[in-house]
Amino acid sequence: MEYIPLNFPFLAAALLVGVSFYIIIFKKNLIKLIMGIAMLAAGVNLFLVSLGYRAGGTAPIYTDVPEGPMVLSVPQALTLTSIVINVAVLALMLTMVIHIYRHTGSLDSEKSRKMKG
Amino acid sequence: MDTLITHSSILIIAIPLVTAFLIPLVGMTSKKARNALVIVSLAFVAFLVFALAKDIAINGIHIYTLGATSPDLTTPTGFMAPVRIILEVDGMSILMGIIWSIVSLAAAIFSFSHIASETGQNRFYTLLLLMVTGGFGMMFTGDLFNLFVFLEIASISGAALIAFRTKFADTQEGGFKYIVVSAIASLMVLFAIGLLYAQYNSLNIGALAQVIQYTTPDKIALALLLIAFTMKAGMVPLHLWFPDAYSVAPASITGMLVITSHACMYAAFRVCFTLYGGMLGTSVVGWILIIFGLLSMFVGVTMAVFQKDVMRFMSYHAISQLGYMWVGVGVGLAVLGNPALLATYGRDAISGGIFHILNHAMYKPLLFFTGGALFYCTGTRDLTKMGGLAHKMKWTTILYIIGTLSISGIPPLNGFSSKILIYESVYQFHPILTITGIIVSILTLASFTKAFHSAFMGAELPEYKEVKEVPRSMIIAMVILAAGIIFITLFPALIVNWIINPAADALINQGAYINAVTGATP
Repeated sequence: MEYIPLNFPFLAAALLVGVSFYIIIFKKNLIKLIMGIAMLAAGVNLFLVSLGYRAGGTAPIYTDVPEGPMVLSVPQALTLTSIVINVAVLALMLTMVIHIYRHTGSLDSEKSRKMKG
Repeated sequence: MDTLITHSSILIIAIPLVTAFLIPLVGMTSKKARNALVIVSLAFVAFLVFALAKDIAINGIHIYTLGATSPDLTTPTGFMAPVRIILEVDGMSILMGIIWSIVSLAAAIFSFSHIASETGQNRFYTLLLLMVTGGFGMMFTGDLFNLFVFLEIASISGAALIAFRTKFADTQEGGFKYIVVSAIASLMVLFAIGLLYAQYNSLNIGALAQVIQYTTPDKIALALLLIAFTMKAGMVPLHLWFPDAYSVAPASITGMLVITSHACMYAAFRVCFTLYGGMLGTSVVGWILIIFGLLSMFVGVTMAVFQKDVMRFMSYHAISQLGYMWVGVGVGLAVLGNPALLATYGRDAISGGIFHILNHAMYKPLLFFTGGALFYCTGTRDLTKMGGLAHKMKWTTILYIIGTLSISGIPPLNGFSSKILIYESVYQFHPILTITGIIVSILTLASFTKAFHSAFMGAELPEYKEVKEVPRSMIIAMVILAAGIIFITLFPALIVNWIINPAADALINQGAYINAVTGATP
């Protein structure tokens, strides 16, 4: 990790967020939409974890700690919570997509849409 | 009793959470026991909310630190900043709590008959109580990350409840739209929390408000938070999902979803007033809220005029009514940096906006419940297919009339008392706001009269010969909300002095919120 510039993870997170917003706004397939949201979640999680990273830091576990800096533990706790929540959200979304497919026979958001106006 | 009040804020969140997972167990034995459990837990929560409200009126902001040796020990010994999860309940939070406890109780009672023909009712009540937990959590937490977690709990259970009746295609579509919007909104909130944490190393709203600098990342975080919360509250132009999701949910859930919209609105106000506070006093944020609030008022009501689906029609009216609150509180935010103007009309504008939240939270769920009662009896939501139902459904007709008069701001009903407070105060800020408000109010009355005419008036239709009045539990739920409307109608001054003005002061007085966290001595 020492050879990677420290702001590299932030660029990756920004890229993930940007691509995922493109997918969410422009893609018509509902499964692709869900993948976009999963990518958005991944981008935000990557951002949170890289916030807490300290160069050469060790994991924040208080047994047999070697000398030197320790990475921040709070963002890791936040990320863990966020991952768990996103699993629930994605599972619920996929359930609904299955039902939408059963009712309309299509995953295209233009074709499966009933409500307008 | 003192111990109960000390721990009441966490109990209000924990009791529905525990009950939610007891329901499938109790539901296996008997249906009556399950219904009784739902009612008893929600009624006990409502009792705790009112006890806590009384305590806050006397003793000021209520603080509860989770995991500390004493609940008011906000900063652990040896630390400089509050690192524990803190629940902080002030005048504004408790107002939202009162609304949420009444509406969730009414919604649960309404559900007993309304979804009686559905399968999987145990899971329905589990989700309903989880949604109650999420709502209370959002209102009472003093911690930004907890706000995100509870927002997600309310969103996930809300989406599952919208899509609960899986036999209809439109419920799935509405639920899917809701969960997509919620997921994007809450990830934006999380990103904003990350931006704030990176700079100030804190997640507590009070501690953040003390050190916040209004740097560029702070502005980005503010924009993200505001977009996320206004999107979830259904502000124009981010409202397109709102009628789709709200019109297809079971009517009891639609009533509760209105309050989750208010909870998101509360979160937006909390961010603007408490987290950023005085720094926004001279900025454009107040103006942005006013302009989009006006747009919401106008677009909501004009779209509602054309609707044929009764629930969809009421959903557009909900968007329009939410606009009044954005305008009222937006005016207060726009003059926050100017103490003279704030005293002249800014505080009244905020009070009016908040009072309208309370009123809207009583009459809009009532109207959604009457819409649900119509759907329950006729099996359709199409207003053009209904007619002559006043002959058969006397209670529903009377309750619908109360709701209609209230939403249109007919004196002396409660909708009028909050609208007049908004009109008088925002007129001094800019007359055009009041003029738009009155026009929207007239259009609201016109469209509700039209809907009343097509659903209730006229001769009895042959296909509805067999229609009976809705079951008793649905009437009880509607009467609870109508009683709330009538109580506010009879005693507006009492409500304003005891509940609304403390809530407005809680928003304006940022220092008290900060002091409650950082100034407390162990």
